[in-house]
Amino acid sequence: MNIRDLSKQPSPWLQESGPASDVVISSRIRLARNLAGYEFKPCLTPSRQQEVLDTLKTALLSVPADEPLFFFNIEEASALERELLAERYLISLPHARGEGPRGVVIAQNEYFSAMINEEDHLRMQVFASGQQLEKCFEHISRVDNHLETKVQFAFHPRYGYLTACPTNLGTGIRVSVMLHLPGLKMTGQTEKFFNAARDCNLAVRGLFGEGSEAVGDFYQLSNQVTLGVTEQEIVQNFSRNIVPKIVEYEQVARQRLFEDNPEAVEDKIHRSLAILRSARLISSQEALILLSHVRLGIHTGRIPDIPISKINELFLHIQPAHLQMQAGRTLSPDHRDILRAQIIRTALCPN
Amino acid sequence: MLCQSCKTQTATIHLTEITNGHRVETHLCQACAQKQGLAIQTQIPLNELLSTLLSVPPEAAAGTPPSLQEQKACPSCGMTLQRFSKETLLGCPQDYDVFEKNLLPLILRTQNDRSEHCGKVPADAGRVQEKQMRLAQLRRKLEEAVRREQYETAARLRDEIRKLQ
Ligand SMILES: [Zn+2]
Ligand SMILES: [Zn+2]
Repeated sequence: MNIRDLSKQPSPWLQESGPASDVVISSRIRLARNLAGYEFKPCLTPSRQQEVLDTLKTALLSVPADEPLFFFNIEEASALERELLAERYLISLPHARGEGPRGVVIAQNEYFSAMINEEDHLRMQVFASGQQLEKCFEHISRVDNHLETKVQFAFHPRYGYLTACPTNLGTGIRVSVMLHLPGLKMTGQTEKFFNAARDCNLAVRGLFGEGSEAVGDFYQLSNQVTLGVTEQEIVQNFSRNIVPKIVEYEQVARQRLFEDNPEAVEDKIHRSLAILRSARLISSQEALILLSHVRLGIHTGRIPDIPISKINELFLHIQPAHLQMQAGRTLSPDHRDILRAQIIRTALCPN
Repeated sequence: MLCQSCKTQTATIHLTEITNGHRVETHLCQACAQKQGLAIQTQIPLNELLSTLLSVPPEAAAGTPPSLQEQKACPSCGMTLQRFSKETLLGCPQDYDVFEKNLLPLILRTQNDRSEHCGKVPADAGRVQEKQMRLAQLRRKLEEAVRREQYETAARLRDEIRKLQ
């Protein structure tokens, strides 16, 4: 497998429809670890950074896995390849745009990836479709346990697993879900959602957009506290309390939306689909807003003939690096808008 | 400063989001922030916290000149609080002990008043801890030797630390 091959396949975790997938697009758990006996990234000399890379690469590739694991040297990858990996959530943008010896180990099915020499020596993540956090946790714990037979991680009797930034201290775990909340948005309840999240010490970020701006009603919700609670408590609180509550609120909101003003919502859904099916030029922002409406239409049975996987897949394939990989050359923003519109038309037109 | 979004109103909300060490600054007016659901941003602006928490070292109150405090560097990696407050990343595991007094308030603030790990412990935690405590001990001795200008001892300790790592 090479990075180019990835651009053609849809991410399996976006392809499937896991539990509660009408609201929860996917689940992800990340663990941050650092090797004992090495400086953290800011004070690591390039040669020591290379040592960390070699050590962790060997350890990661020895993890027993159902799917083949691949290592990519990020320092040697092209800028476009690095951006492509970031668009697929396999590496972070800072890792893509960083410097020095660094890499990533990716499972062929993309459910697992591990960045080496990002902010911490090791940041690994496991994905699942829909709400399946406990499954993600099981998977990542298995990997972590195996790694601990091969390498030693920096651990402090009081603070637990040590991380370069004190905000990840302790368990080093980051639990997050990608949410689609058009119901809360259209009924003007997003503020309520944000407040509730803040009260629970959770972080909310926009998805797919630059910075923290939410585009098209997609949000990422994650824990902020990593110290003084067990991994199980964090995961279970998310999967058994927080997420089910949000799913319920969103479903009630959608129901109310269709009861109170069915014409307006259905107009929005079908008008959005019509634009996507006929546009010749479309920005990623507009596409995300319209795809959000169509996704709502599919999940509420208003658009019967388009599978949800097709919409989820488009989220990936209309991004700049994916478009340019597909075109085989760099494209200006205007040309990207043309190609984006063409890909969406092809995917969504009935014949 | 003008709002980044509408470019007409004055920005009154300044957000710094740190994701994986990458800093994204956003400057918005009230209306645009609300529109983006950011008025109630839940991220803790880490560098803001840092500058307030680290600017008054506890020692300063006890009479130590603040300049000494600022210059204190980790004997293992050379990290200083000044550098940390800029980059928000520490230099080595040792820093958690070296700068403990300054870091603890920050840890408490960002970790919901908790500062004791109670989650997973590595299977070989005993061995690792022993080694890390031995390293910490050696580093303290090294620091002492350097301060007393006992360079021969310092060199020996440095070699010992390297070997143990
Ligand atoms: Zn504005
Ligand atoms: Zn240090």
